[in-house]
Amino acid sequence: MTLKTTLAATTALTLAATGVFAESHAAMSNDMTIVSWGGAYQNSQLKAYVEPYVALHPEVNVVWDESSAEAVAKLRAMNEANNITWDLVDVEAADGIRLCDEGLAMEIDVDEALAAGDDGSTATDDFGDSLVSDCFIPQIVFSTTVGYRTDMVGDTPPTDICAVFDTETYPGKRALNKRPLANMEWALLCDGVAKDDIYDVLATDEGQTQAFAKLDSIKADTVWWTAGAETPQLLADGEVVMGSTYNGRLFSAIAEQDQPIGMLWDAEMLDFDGWVVPDGLSEERLARVMDFLKFATDTQRLADQAKYIAYGPARASSAPLVSTHAELGIEMAEHMPTDPANATNVFVTNYGFWSDYRDDLDSKFQAWLAQ
Amino acid sequence: MTDATHGSAADKSVTTDPSGPMLAADGTPLKTSLNRALRKQKRRALFLIAPLLVFILVTFIYPIGEMLFRSVENQIVGDTLPRTVRVLADWDTEASDIPGPAVFSALAKDMMVATEEKNHTRLGSRLNYEASGLSSLFRKTGRGVDDVGEGYTEQFVALDPAWEDPQTFIDIFAGPRWLDANAVYDGTGPRPTFRLAAGIGEVLPQTASIYRDFARVVQTEDDDNPAEEEPWNAVYLALYEDLQAGAVIPADMAHADMLNAAQVAAASFTTTDVLADFVSFDKDWADRDVWRIIQTYSAPYTTGYFLNSADLQLTPDGVAWRPENERVYVTLFIRTLIMSTAITVSCILLGYPIGWLLANLPSRQANLLMILVLLPFWTSLLVRTSAWKVLLQDQGVINDLLVWIGVVADDNRLALINNATGTIISMTHILLPFMILPLYSVMKTIPPSYLRAAKSLGATNWTAFWRVYFPQSVPGIGAGSILVFILAIGYYITPEIVGGTKGVFISNRIAYHISTSLNWGLAAALGAILLVIVLGFYWAYDRIVGIDNVKLGG
Repeated sequence: MTLKTTLAATTALTLAATGVFAESHAAMSNDMTIVSWGGAYQNSQLKAYVEPYVALHPEVNVVWDESSAEAVAKLRAMNEANNITWDLVDVEAADGIRLCDEGLAMEIDVDEALAAGDDGSTATDDFGDSLVSDCFIPQIVFSTTVGYRTDMVGDTPPTDICAVFDTETYPGKRALNKRPLANMEWALLCDGVAKDDIYDVLATDEGQTQAFAKLDSIKADTVWWTAGAETPQLLADGEVVMGSTYNGRLFSAIAEQDQPIGMLWDAEMLDFDGWVVPDGLSEERLARVMDFLKFATDTQRLADQAKYIAYGPARASSAPLVSTHAELGIEMAEHMPTDPANATNVFVTNYGFWSDYRDDLDSKFQAWLAQ
Repeated sequence: MTDATHGSAADKSVTTDPSGPMLAADGTPLKTSLNRALRKQKRRALFLIAPLLVFILVTFIYPIGEMLFRSVENQIVGDTLPRTVRVLADWDTEASDIPGPAVFSALAKDMMVATEEKNHTRLGSRLNYEASGLSSLFRKTGRGVDDVGEGYTEQFVALDPAWEDPQTFIDIFAGPRWLDANAVYDGTGPRPTFRLAAGIGEVLPQTASIYRDFARVVQTEDDDNPAEEEPWNAVYLALYEDLQAGAVIPADMAHADMLNAAQVAAASFTTTDVLADFVSFDKDWADRDVWRIIQTYSAPYTTGYFLNSADLQLTPDGVAWRPENERVYVTLFIRTLIMSTAITVSCILLGYPIGWLLANLPSRQANLLMILVLLPFWTSLLVRTSAWKVLLQDQGVINDLLVWIGVVADDNRLALINNATGTIISMTHILLPFMILPLYSVMKTIPPSYLRAAKSLGATNWTAFWRVYFPQSVPGIGAGSILVFILAIGYYITPEIVGGTKGVFISNRIAYHISTSLNWGLAAALGAILLVIVLGFYWAYDRIVGIDNVKLGG
């Protein structure tokens, strides 16, 4: 009897409290689930914009979910179950395009939703080429590039990307991504195809055969990775002489962990990482997310992120504000993939090409690997 | 006959009537009474297991069934392009020409609806599984399709400005039920479902159909009132076609005079080449192969995913092999089976002596050994696999040791990882407890006196083991093998980490299609095939060894 009364009383109280609470904050939800990649990258987001935002809005409770690697599949499942539990999702540009294509992410008018650049440019101009999809709000520019063991390459450290295919000068194993992306482009580039023609050539059967033939020359010497952390590990263990990975991973292996590793910027593949907002959020949740998004992608916040990780801000107006590493105190600008000294020879991932040819090239790539 | 046999057994306790059916004590026939009692018992048993049964049905059988269903499901084409699919059915795939204007006109309407509902890119992704380039074809088309038919819109409006007024269309097409409901709609909750006016579907079939889609999309996607929105160009396109097709306008219809005037004028309208519009979005629309693919995959159910799983493909000319450089699944299935068998055999070889030791050592040592067997079992799978990575790599512990002893040369270290060897070694280790535990529990029940008896009768150690001990331990081997094999065949994480390219299983491809390529249909087909293979092995095992011989304990 007492138990029942207590229960009833508690329930009534809770309901009343929720009612009052909901009424006073009807405009914006106070809970926000942010999905990211974990590790140093998520930490840079936490430090650069989530903590400052929560300091401004102490009523907001941020929950992290480290599921970005499976974001596309999980969002699709949530959409089918009609129960979207995420508010903001960090994905690579290619996944952003995919989510937009599938109708799983919301289209966002950047000029309306985001802050203008500090230098007065509109958001559209400020983000420029990084706005690869109507649903995708870029945060950072990263690149896939090659790192090598300084003590295993003799007196002539490699300076261009084709060193990957040069097993005579640089004997030893290589680590490459277990996906066609970047590998196919590099193979054609080092097989004499002009940089501007690469995607046209890669769209043809002959071009694909040519790329696979070039990759064949190092197939036996290659370890294939699936996670970006594998290459720094393999390099540190001396398992491979060189390998491709994301530039931020190489930066932390070189600058933060002081490994005997050097890196190339030649033919780096530029790519973007950014936010998408799942389609179908309630009004209160959407209001909160958009408020956060406006704050988290302004010029200063994106520049701040570069203090914690060696990825370039997606806004042009943030570049002059990039300062020093939060702990090491070194200038970060020269470690950015977009720094003019580094970006002398870059590829910008051709998303249009890859969204069309991804399935096709992937099955050919997997068949090639299995042979 | 049955009654007679029952009778002889039940004679003592039941009153018998030699002329009729046997009766129970209360006079009902024995059979009925017995059945009733059994039924009651069964019902009670079912009631007791009901929570578990419901739980399994809801959380296991239903989701798996739904997922497997995706392997044949293909409604997306017919749902997204209903008009096109209907018209395209008449097109002969062998024809040397692309489909005629009727198909393009239908496509213009379907694409307009699909683009507004943001379904067109989804369909593009689906068809892109069959041929590269279709994804961008649909995306590009979606960007321009709202202009198709603009020429007709302008000519209708030039004829009579009232054609620009949304109310004109509402007067012609909207039914009274929707008009009433819409008039009282107060802005909360979903808008009332749009209904057409009676009979309009017979008078202007195309226009009525596209206008209904227009009204629905305006209401659901934009949350606007169709009475205030100008119709799409596709609606005017349909209206032009209906009028040109000789629609008979009843005199009592709303705006009958306008429609009649338009019908007269339409005969001299400047026509728009819809086909040319589509080709201007992307020249692939003039490619016959694109249309053959759309037609081939327009059925609501497809065998395409299953064929793909067997490296085959569905073409308009029937089933054919995929190009040689795309064949990967048959290789992977065979590899999965061979490697699972190898893992099972190594588990037997390693597990059998340990099981024997566990069963025959004094209990002090046996308990210690048991803990050693179970300890890795309780360690995280990822930790164990990563540990193998450290042990097996080129500069790893095992290779360093071998180089140090001088068994292998420093520049010729063994490749133990990123290949099939790595997968077999680490998976054998990981699955070993599943072999040892059933072996142990069976061996524990074999009395040691049998071996002693065999020896005292003159058998050698080998004969005693092979003829007496081993046959009795076979049920343990059977149980262990079936456990290890079925677990191995669906293993994912260990091959992914240590398997490189030659040591990965079919499950790694399933995971790829689920989480990266989003080709869930293909993933479901591969999964279904894997499930059938497992069930096939189970059935074969039952036929050869007999599932009753499997013992997990006692």
